Amino acid sequence: MLIKLRGISKIYRIGVETVHALRTVDLDIGENEFVAIMGSSGSGKSTLMNILGCLDRPTEGEYRLDDRRTDQMSSTELALVRNERIGFVFQSFELLSRASALQNVELPSIYARGDRKKNRRARALAALGRVGLADRVQHRPNQLSGGQKQRVAIARALLNRPAILLADEPTGNLDSNTTADILGLFNRLHEEGQTVIIVTHEDEVASHCRRVIRLHDGRVASDLPIEEDPAGRFAPRVSAEGVA
Amino acid sequence: MLHPSFWIQAISLAFSQIRANLGRSLLTALGIIVGVASVTAVIAALVGLKTKVLGEFESFGANRLFIFPDRPDDVPKNMYPWKDVRLKIEEVEAIELNCPSIRCLTPVTSLGMSGQFGDRLIEGMNVTGIRPAWHETENRAVLSGRPFNSIDEANARQVCLVNESAIEELRLPSEPVGTHVLLGGRRYLVVGVVETIQSNMLGMNTSSTEVFVPFAIASRLKDDDFFFRIAAMIKSPELASEAKSEVRFVLRKMRGLGPDEPDTFQVAAIDQFIDQFRALAAGITAIAGGIVGVSLLVGGIGIMNIMLVSVSERTREIGLRKAVGATPSAILLQFLLEAVVLCLVGGAMGVIVGELMAFGLTLIPDAGLDEAHVPLWAIIMSFTFSAAVGLIFGMFPAIKASRLNPIDALRHE
Repeated sequence: MLIKLRGISKIYRIGVETVHALRTVDLDIGENEFVAIMGSSGSGKSTLMNILGCLDRPTEGEYRLDDRRTDQMSSTELALVRNERIGFVFQSFELLSRASALQNVELPSIYARGDRKKNRRARALAALGRVGLADRVQHRPNQLSGGQKQRVAIARALLNRPAILLADEPTGNLDSNTTADILGLFNRLHEEGQTVIIVTHEDEVASHCRRVIRLHDGRVASDLPIEEDPAGRFAPRVSAEGVA
Repeated sequence: MLHPSFWIQAISLAFSQIRANLGRSLLTALGIIVGVASVTAVIAALVGLKTKVLGEFESFGANRLFIFPDRPDDVPKNMYPWKDVRLKIEEVEAIELNCPSIRCLTPVTSLGMSGQFGDRLIEGMNVTGIRPAWHETENRAVLSGRPFNSIDEANARQVCLVNESAIEELRLPSEPVGTHVLLGGRRYLVVGVVETIQSNMLGMNTSSTEVFVPFAIASRLKDDDFFFRIAAMIKSPELASEAKSEVRFVLRKMRGLGPDEPDTFQVAAIDQFIDQFRALAAGITAIAGGIVGVSLLVGGIGIMNIMLVSVSERTREIGLRKAVGATPSAILLQFLLEAVVLCLVGGAMGVIVGELMAFGLTLIPDAGLDEAHVPLWAIIMSFTFSAAVGLIFGMFPAIKASRLNPIDALRHE
């Protein structure tokens, strides 16, 4: 199993108050799954994403990624895991404004070890090709549309061939046409074998995934294939659509 | 630990940050620029002065010793009247006999006399009484004719040496050897011509008119208790302090000075002046160093301030870099490098400004700074200090950046 969570809890202390963001969550996600994590704000979905993405450590419980326990790692070890195993896509793209698309995509390899440092330029160009931006490599973020910016961000996430592509509201800042484009791209990557996890609060976004995990009050409320989840009623009309 | 690509990226990023905020960066680096420029210029001036003065001392002779009467400073003047303090001929002989480190010496005395050649009359000419050893102690040979010899001295012959400016002044023939001049109304045979020495350091202007007569004559022309000094030559420069103590011993013994009494004379060697000058130069360097230290401190605080602003402006970028795998130490290094690069750019500009100032110094006429230049060690030192300021004052902002929590950093507005 690629991802294995056992008894994961996260407790924040804000002043005298304690907030149970996650309460003993158990979860398995296998390779090449295409998962949506859903929930209203305060449900714990952001906390779960942070833990899955090794940006944060659980207060209690065991998190195995590739059979390696990450819950006890130091921040330097976690940085390396993020570098090698996790590709992040954020709602607001988070591109470096003074760097070209190519330089933005190359960024993870700067902090990499071993083979992931090599052939940086060629791999970055290949990643940009995969997201359909082979002709925009020298453009700066301010010369790109929102959808193109998100594609650059996806190419950057793919650079080090991560085990998980972790997208946090990836279409939150995009119009509906571009949203469809980006979700189509995720779908294609999934079909190429990439494990994709999308954190969203929109049923329409979740409807493109194969499995929907709903959180409520820090617990897994439901964990169903798309056909059985309420989000399934939004017809997926993307999978056949090509990417420009 | 980190790949070269990291360094290249971090350094080019540092430069692009400076470019992106050019005005702000230059203002921030101004403290460093001013500090480095001033230290560079001061060092250049000192180096120039040192070269000049030490060269002057060298030409002056490192193996020369001067003995002259001197009243102790902190006692009533009437305890040591000048006539007791002055040197005496017997003392000259005693030193000659009892100071093995001294090769040779000559008493030197000055007197004002009228000089006349033909119709040309000059009142109050400076005439110096010397012994033949003078040629050796002053390292001055004759250009034509002959030097003084012991017969001139022993017989008090009425002979004289003139320098080129005296030839001009008295309108002597250009080859004056064999002619006679009137000094104080007496006829003196010109036996030789000595070179006119150009020297204006240490307040000794020897480029003026010089006429020399045997010391024996000069002492006859003067009162009984006239003043003179002694110029001596040491056998080798290393014997300077030995020669000094020998002379002190002889003079103190002859003057019957008790163990508690101060010297009533001074024995000075050139190394003493060199030491004094070196101490002075070191003092100026220390003061300049203090000023530079303050200005680098101010500059460093400016750097720290701007780096804190930069960390805060780029919080989201730091969060993103951490999310894609930058370790805390990579972030720390990146911000440290930025501070160091900013300081080194400031340092480089400071060195350029300092070089220009040093060049400007050499153009000031009569300042004696025409040898001023910035030595390589000063440039290396400037860059080292700049880098150190960057490291020290960049450390706190860099640590702050490296400790940012990636989740909070990414959420930062």
